[in-house]
Amino acid sequence: MLVTNTEEIPGKQIVACHGVVSGSTVRAKHAGRDILAGLKNIVGGELKAYTELLIEAREEAHERMQAQAAQLGANAIVNVRFSTSSVAAGASEIYIYGTAVTVR
Amino acid sequence: MFELYFLLGLLLVGYVVGQILERSHYRSIEKREAEHIGLATTSSKRPIGEIPRPTRVELVEGACVISIDYFKRFVAGLRQLFGGNVRSYETLVDRARREAVLRLKEQCSAADQVINLRIETSSISKGNRNQVGCIEVHAYATAIYF
Repeated sequence: MLVTNTEEIPGKQIVACHGVVSGSTVRAKHAGRDILAGLKNIVGGELKAYTELLIEAREEAHERMQAQAAQLGANAIVNVRFSTSSVAAGASEIYIYGTAVTVR
Repeated sequence: MFELYFLLGLLLVGYVVGQILERSHYRSIEKREAEHIGLATTSSKRPIGEIPRPTRVELVEGACVISIDYFKRFVAGLRQLFGGNVRSYETLVDRARREAVLRLKEQCSAADQVINLRIETSSISKGNRNQVGCIEVHAYATAIYF
C-alpha cells in the first residue's frame, strides 16, 4: 500500500476516494524504563527507550490505519497526519489519520 | 546540609557530563548533516522543478526524544523569575529537531527528493512545577525516487 503525506501521489492519478481512515494506540512506559530515564534526566541527552517506545507505538497505529484502508478496498493513503497527546502522566496517545484512495 | 551538597553535586555532574554529551552530539549532527547535504528536502507539497515520472514514493519518518540536564533545568528555572531568552532550552529543541530530520534522511538516503517535510514537537513528561523534562520531535515526509 502506498502511503504519503502529500495531497496527491506524484506520478499517479487518484481515481476514487474512500474517506478518512485512522489508527491510534495509547502506550505507557514501564517502570524500569522510567527509572533509567530519571537517571538520564540528570545528565541530559537522548532517551533511547522512549524513542523506541514511540516508534513502536507509531508502527502499530500505522498498521491499524492500513488495515482499515485495506478493508475499504483502497490501495493508497494520502495526506497522512500524525498527532501525539499525553492522556495521563506516563502515557501518550499516538493518532494517525489519512485519506484512503484508489490510485492508478 | 547533606541535601545542599547533594543538590550541588547533581548540578555539577549535570553541567560537566551534560556539556560533554551536548558537544559530542553537535559534532555528530554536523558531520552527518554534511553527508546528507545533497538530498533535496523541502516542506513544499509538490516536487521541485521539472522531474521525471517518479517510480516510487514512500512515507519516511524520524523521531527522537531528548532530555535536558539537571544544571540547565535549574538555570531555566531561575530564568523564569526574570524572563528573557532561555538559551538552555533553545539548544535542547535545536538538537532534537536536527537529529529527527537526520534520522529521516538516513532512512531514505537513496531518494531523489524529500517533499512535504513536517516537524512536530511534543513534551512527553512534565516534572516539578510543570517544567519540561524531555521533548519528543517527530519528523515525517514523503520520499520520491525517480
